[in-house]
Amino acid sequence: MTTRTLVSPATLARPRGRAVYWSVFTGTVLLFALAFLFPVYWMATSAMKSPDEVARTPPTVVPEQWHLSGYTDAWDLMQLPTHLWNTVVQAAGAWVFQLVFCTAAAYALSKLRPVFGKVVLGGILATLMVPAQALVVPKYLTVADLGLLNDPLAIWLPAVANAFNLYLLKRFFDQLPRDVLEAAEIDGAGKLRTLWSIVLPMSRPVLGVVSIFALVAVWQDFLWPLMVFSDTDKQPISVALVQLSQNIPLTVLIASMVIASIPMVAMFLVFQRHIIAGIGAGSSKG
Amino acid sequence: MTRTAQRRTVEKVAVRPMQAPPPAGDRRRRRLADQVRAYGFLLGGLVCFALFSWYPAIRAVVIAFQKYTPGSDPEWVGTANFTRVFADPEFAAAWRNTLTFTLLALLLGFAVPFVLALVLNELRHAKAFFRVVVYLPVMIPPVVSALLWKWFYDPGTGLANETLRFLHLPTSNWSNGADTALVSLVIVATWANLGGTVLIYLAALQSIPGELYEAAELDGASLLQRIRHVTIPQTRFVILMLMLLQIIATMQVFTEPFVITGGGPENATVTVLYLIYKYAFLYNDFGGACALSVLLLALLGAFSAVYLRLTRTEGEGA
Repeated sequence: MTTRTLVSPATLARPRGRAVYWSVFTGTVLLFALAFLFPVYWMATSAMKSPDEVARTPPTVVPEQWHLSGYTDAWDLMQLPTHLWNTVVQAAGAWVFQLVFCTAAAYALSKLRPVFGKVVLGGILATLMVPAQALVVPKYLTVADLGLLNDPLAIWLPAVANAFNLYLLKRFFDQLPRDVLEAAEIDGAGKLRTLWSIVLPMSRPVLGVVSIFALVAVWQDFLWPLMVFSDTDKQPISVALVQLSQNIPLTVLIASMVIASIPMVAMFLVFQRHIIAGIGAGSSKG
Repeated sequence: MTRTAQRRTVEKVAVRPMQAPPPAGDRRRRRLADQVRAYGFLLGGLVCFALFSWYPAIRAVVIAFQKYTPGSDPEWVGTANFTRVFADPEFAAAWRNTLTFTLLALLLGFAVPFVLALVLNELRHAKAFFRVVVYLPVMIPPVVSALLWKWFYDPGTGLANETLRFLHLPTSNWSNGADTALVSLVIVATWANLGGTVLIYLAALQSIPGELYEAAELDGASLLQRIRHVTIPQTRFVILMLMLLQIIATMQVFTEPFVITGGGPENATVTVLYLIYKYAFLYNDFGGACALSVLLLALLGAFSAVYLRLTRTEGEGA
């Protein structure tokens, strides 16, 4: 797929063009490595320096001695297993709740023609106009009234109220051919059966996108879990890191930061093609 | 409604020509059953939206006019919350900081990704490398990015000043100086988020037809003229969209000031959302917090309305 861009292939083919191209290329590689890879490298290796070495000026680029104690101490001192497990439970639950309730609602809005379906959809889309963070305080009070503070349900249930993901699903279901669903119905499949065995298998791509969005959103969130989990043992890793960052040796803190980043970075590296294609396809962020 | 119902009956009859249409009473019962089933599927989603989106939006407005402490009965106080919040010296600081932050983040977060995307679009090698690397910071949890940069910004041993010393440049107080703290936070936010913007610009750049550049070049347009007269007009819509999204996102900034500076030094980095948090959880003043929320909602809601308007008209035009 070589389409014509800003600079023509003819210009690039000339010796001068080639020289400019390769210097720009090298410059960009260096810039990217320095700006985006180096901080990550610095974080991962500094966690393995000794406490003296980490505080030394000028700093060492490669640790003189490699210690794993930063990582093992982080695991024990910061109670990382507890907080990681909390995060996993919160993210996985939000993912399941979102998949179940959002697909069911999107399927109903798209294929079951409920009375007032348009009004409901309008009400859901209207929430896209409401900036989420500006509503955290009344949302917190509602969660408190329901007695859900320090309960993972405080993450799971609000995660369902995600207009963007629901709309994404509804738009996808709209494109599924009607006759396939009707054929299933004639064969005697109920609505639930049709959803489960016809609609969902045909919707793998959009389900993948929604799953990634759902998991990333919970893993990266900070303000909401900070508000609803005052109980230290229930806090996800993001909140725990900030709460514990004050009185902990630097190497241990840095090691904890690395460990907190690994799941999302690993997921990105595994699914990078899909994630990058999804962003490029115009899915909005923020 | 009746027309769709009719069409449905016709469709059903057409698919099943051998069966007689069901009697009228049976049909009505079936329709009701259909509705019950449809709402059964909708129920879970509707309850969640009602509890965690619609109700809080209304509630924010209601509590903004109440004295509200959890556990005791709310009391109507008119506009007292608003006047109290307005009188708070932190109020002006928070809005000034938020707007400055948004403006700086827009300048940096808009120009840098655009230039990066322009360059990346011309490069024909190692495309996967660039895309993965530029998006890597986006996948690092924001709290970790914030803590990472807090450590870089350390005036004594931080990497930021080490680099400046290495280059024989004057060092800075970064996030610890009243005049540099806000800019320091903008740098963190830009570093952490620009990957997504770059990828969206890149996709937009790739959809520009090559003939346009060819024609411009034949007309003798220089590189900069081609950017000005082809690239920018062709991506104008995406640029506008991302700008609006970025304004909406950056005006809700919380994590960086909370983690890196704690609002300081001298309130230099207290943002509106941070102030909302303080009112609710430090002062236990939920009326004031909701009054602030309503102000933020009104402003950002206006931006969101423009955004949705623009995307909708574009969708119809395509």
